Amino acid sequence: MIINKVKYLITFIFVFSFFTKSHSLEPNIFVQSTVNRASQILSDNISKESKIEELKKVAIDTVDIRGIGFYTLGKFRKNLSDEQKKEYSELFEKYFLKSFSSRLAEYSNPKIDVQSQEKLSDTYTIVSSILVATSERPEVKIQWRVYTKNPEKPLIRDLIIEGLSLARTQKEEFASIIQSNDGDINALFKSLEKFINS
Amino acid sequence: MRKLIISLLISLFSVSFSFADTDGENSLSKKNPEVKDCFERVNRATFAFNQGLDNAIFEPVAKGYRKLPSPIRIGTSNFLSNLSNLITIPNNILQGDIKTAGINTARLAVNSTIGILGIFDAASQMGFVKDYQKEDYGQTLGSWGVGEGCYLVLPIFGPSTVRDLTGSLTSVMGGDPWYNITVRKDTQYFEESDYYYSRGGDGINFRAKNIDSFENLEKNSMDFYASVRSLYLQDRRKKIMNSNEVVDTQDDSDWEEITSN
Repeated sequence: MIINKVKYLITFIFVFSFFTKSHSLEPNIFVQSTVNRASQILSDNISKESKIEELKKVAIDTVDIRGIGFYTLGKFRKNLSDEQKKEYSELFEKYFLKSFSSRLAEYSNPKIDVQSQEKLSDTYTIVSSILVATSERPEVKIQWRVYTKNPEKPLIRDLIIEGLSLARTQKEEFASIIQSNDGDINALFKSLEKFINS
Repeated sequence: MRKLIISLLISLFSVSFSFADTDGENSLSKKNPEVKDCFERVNRATFAFNQGLDNAIFEPVAKGYRKLPSPIRIGTSNFLSNLSNLITIPNNILQGDIKTAGINTARLAVNSTIGILGIFDAASQMGFVKDYQKEDYGQTLGSWGVGEGCYLVLPIFGPSTVRDLTGSLTSVMGGDPWYNITVRKDTQYFEESDYYYSRGGDGINFRAKNIDSFENLEKNSMDFYASVRSLYLQDRRKKIMNSNEVVDTQDDSDWEEITSN
């Protein structure tokens, strides 16, 4: 009787751990599948506008837009009221999707090969990949900072192209806009609105 | 005097626009310091001037250059890359990277002879390390622990820092053998104009390779000046850290604070 119970328990633990593991998504596989989705859209025979709309869906699904938004605010995020945080998050998402999709839509069928990954902590893994060279440009190294706090739903937080972080560049650009306006966060909100409506 | 100023500016061009990596290690902190833009108002005015100049001259020339057949562009790029060894090798030595200095010296010898003045990268074909990384005096000063100082935008030549400007001055004060044998005429084999052609070619080559990236960045930036400044400073820090690895070059602490998703 006891032996049977132990057998059941062991079987349960085994099955449970198997399912727990099978639900987590390895960051390198996640990045490669995201890249493949984007490449498929870019190579599809559809209008540029349709491509942009499809790319936006991929970004919403795979990028931690809210997290990037707060990162790019830097030290200024600590002074925001809840209302300002809400307004900023909404503006940033619109800004990000417009900026990201129009940047990406310029490429036609880019080939990206994921090569390796390095776990930095429980919450971050860096995935390394190569944008394969064409006759027009050399090979480009791209690293992806993947947020893995929820291993079942990893999210992209930064792209580091040849060692240059896009999120950091964005952060310093935002800081420059705020500082040029005597630390007024509303100046950044206005710039974001202007960009979104342009 | 005029020649000295022209030489200085042309030399600065190579530093301002060189995007190279290195292999060694140094003890610099990976913390990303606040940008020190001490002369921002003047820098922004110079940046606007440079953009006008770029639109009128450099970009059209670079676009024309891109239409040349690929073998010509590759040959030009190889020739200029081979020439840059003359400044890379002394900097490899100054940074204590004797092994890379040896490899680069052998590469220079092979490419200048078998590779017909560097037009063909014969050294890479023969199994030398393929990923050649440029070095300059600004990087060497950085690897010695000299801070970047204030950010500068130079007329025509673009982004720099006080440290990189000092490095460029070192080049024209005897630190660049190519400058010495052309402008200073240490030998009778080259003309002064050879130096200016090579430096101008460097700039056009760089601009041509980055036309799409620049256009994209300009189109999607709310403050293009700040974006270029950020990218330039990140790039220089990365080169001085001698690493392409994000764990070496990027400070993670500010990411760790972000928990919302």
